[in-house]
Amino acid sequence: MGNFEYAPAPESKAIADIKKDYGLFINGRFVASNSKKHFETINPANEEVLAKISLADEVDIDKAVKAARSAYVKVWSRMSGRERAKYLFRIARLLQERAREFAVVETLDNGKPIRETRDTDIPLSAAHFFYHAGWADKLEFAGFGARPKAHGVVAQIIPWNFPLLMLAWKIAPALATGNTVVLKPAETTPLTALLFAEVCQQADLPVGVVNLITGDGGTGAALVKHRDIDKVAFTGSTEVGKLIARSVADSNTPATLELGGKGANIVFEDAPLDQAVEGIINGIFFNQGHVCCAGSRLLLQENIYDEFLGKLQKRMSKIRLGDPLDKNTDIGAINSAAQLSKIHELSSSGQAEGADIWSAPCQIPSKGFWFAPTIFTGVTQAHRIAREEIFGPVLSVLTFRTPQEAIEKANNTPFGLSAGVWTDKGSRILWAGNHLKAGVIWANTFNKFDPASPFGGYKESGWGREGGRHGLGAYLKGAK
Amino acid sequence: MRLDVKKTYKLFIAGDFPRSESGRSYEVKDRKGNFIANPAQASRKDLRDAVLAARNAHSSWASATAFNRGQILYRIAEIMEGRSEQFVSEIMAMESVSSKQAQTQVGEAIDTWVWYAGWSDKISTVAGSTNPVAGPFFNFTVAEPLGVVGIVAEERSSLLGVVLGLAPVLAGGNCAVLLASQSRPLSAITLAECLATSDVPAGVVNILTGLGDELTPHLASHMEIDGLDLSGVDSKSATALRMSSVDNLKRVHSFTSEKSPERILSYMEYKTLWHPIGI
Repeated sequence: MGNFEYAPAPESKAIADIKKDYGLFINGRFVASNSKKHFETINPANEEVLAKISLADEVDIDKAVKAARSAYVKVWSRMSGRERAKYLFRIARLLQERAREFAVVETLDNGKPIRETRDTDIPLSAAHFFYHAGWADKLEFAGFGARPKAHGVVAQIIPWNFPLLMLAWKIAPALATGNTVVLKPAETTPLTALLFAEVCQQADLPVGVVNLITGDGGTGAALVKHRDIDKVAFTGSTEVGKLIARSVADSNTPATLELGGKGANIVFEDAPLDQAVEGIINGIFFNQGHVCCAGSRLLLQENIYDEFLGKLQKRMSKIRLGDPLDKNTDIGAINSAAQLSKIHELSSSGQAEGADIWSAPCQIPSKGFWFAPTIFTGVTQAHRIAREEIFGPVLSVLTFRTPQEAIEKANNTPFGLSAGVWTDKGSRILWAGNHLKAGVIWANTFNKFDPASPFGGYKESGWGREGGRHGLGAYLKGAK
Repeated sequence: MRLDVKKTYKLFIAGDFPRSESGRSYEVKDRKGNFIANPAQASRKDLRDAVLAARNAHSSWASATAFNRGQILYRIAEIMEGRSEQFVSEIMAMESVSSKQAQTQVGEAIDTWVWYAGWSDKISTVAGSTNPVAGPFFNFTVAEPLGVVGIVAEERSSLLGVVLGLAPVLAGGNCAVLLASQSRPLSAITLAECLATSDVPAGVVNILTGLGDELTPHLASHMEIDGLDLSGVDSKSATALRMSSVDNLKRVHSFTSEKSPERILSYMEYKTLWHPIGI
């Protein structure tokens, strides 16, 4: 039986009211940047310019930090948890009310399918605010002492892979615990953060509690170095994470880091194979593989290798790549030209080092940045594609004979963010769960996220957790 | 009058008491400048051997039952109690304090082991959780040992500083490489003799004596060390050590509190496991 033909089912762009240019959101209003410099944010699916964005420099950062400090001292630190909670509930509700608009803007700016922004990014962002709202007036019961204290002003830097969701992961716990915020969204995906500024205005959030400064890597580095910052939170690459770690080592500022990963997805011979295939697909091709916790290394038990690989390739052939706004699209655009060239570079290294490449047959649109779902077989642990984070729709397949070998290979990486286990045997799940060095283990599922569930990595995947009671501690003084 | 037999103060690595591979030792004197002992002056190679021993010991120590670890930590207190006199006389010599002050410190050190012994099978109950996620999944979080922790022991009290560093690290299921106080190292080595006879597996604790300025940079930069306790380092040196610890993103802390579950949790990692619920 051939593929079903799908008629185009695009979501309308009309709901997205994107302005021509945006200022910085400081002290409750949009202001021009000091330098008057701009950069453009584009739609990676067709390379059309969406808006002009202000480039913040040190003067702007200083203004934003001062606004956050003033809001902290005069308003936010004096407000009862009960009142803070109500602001967060308001924000959660506003995000729900404007969910469709946020989903369309996110898809336009990021390139990810509307199915994902609509069903994952935006609802989870709202859920994060709702969850943390409930903590704001219960902090003394959270297990961090009778009178837990906020840090003060928090500098937050977020990546482009889940722009609004990462903003929610950062801002919701910070505000719930009584901190004020200066947040820098990623250079290529600033739009939903700027839309979030409107939400803060609609919620009547006191001015200066949330400040949003747009810019490039230099802006982020300057923000972290600002001397009046009490706490730093960063999500992004391990490479940049280490630069930030050096910066906070010098200033002795507490920091949370959510960094890269090279997650192993282990399929044992007794796993329900069809279900596992779906999990592997979701593990590496969700969000074009732009996921720090992606299951980018598939570890197959040798005796099911041929059968499983056949099923996987068959399933991959049905993946629909194309217009991110189309509700039937599974894989959208790669977020930027720079990321696409990084994926190409690592993929070429895989071929050069002797692994076999196979890509799903699909039509690549003529404009924009695209990469077909791809797997490499014959991968050894020494290959770069088995060691380095590709952050794209590329899966490296390795094999193992014994459960011990699977664990050894899974742990053979400086990263430790996520791992997957597929087996029908309960005791084996718990055994593997015990031995895998990773902060999140998905057993017979993958890439599940929830505000109540702590997320974060072992080893070089970062410091601290986000989400749940444990994530809350990162925004309170002295909590572990 | 009988001539007493003096002890040779050596390193404690992988359950053995070697001299430094470098053949070096250095002089420790009391406050008045009188000679006390020539402890080993550990080299970078000794430090690497200690880290290797700790790494090799980790998986079995981490997978021992929490009950078992608690019993072993309590056993350390038992063995120390019997050696109290020796600790007291060493502390008096090194710190020039009264016998009563030394006794108080030894008592506090022993009680610290007892306190942390009880934590080993409770910390994950207190710090772990089941998480009510919005979907048909069972989701729980546990605290797990970090791995190998490098400790620069607090200087203010020669024995208690060492115990305050070691006990929480061991209670959490980690292995340790501890750098003893440069000027007051004797209690640490006598403690090692207690550890060696307390069912603490070889390599779980490794103790080095020597020069802080020479050894701490290697402790901070070693890629097989996962965490650092810099309680015994001044703030200026701590900055430099934090900087060189970044290459493998060590978990670096220094403490002012003596006994707290936070000291244990500083060297544990939270792991969260998801599984679908279904028929």
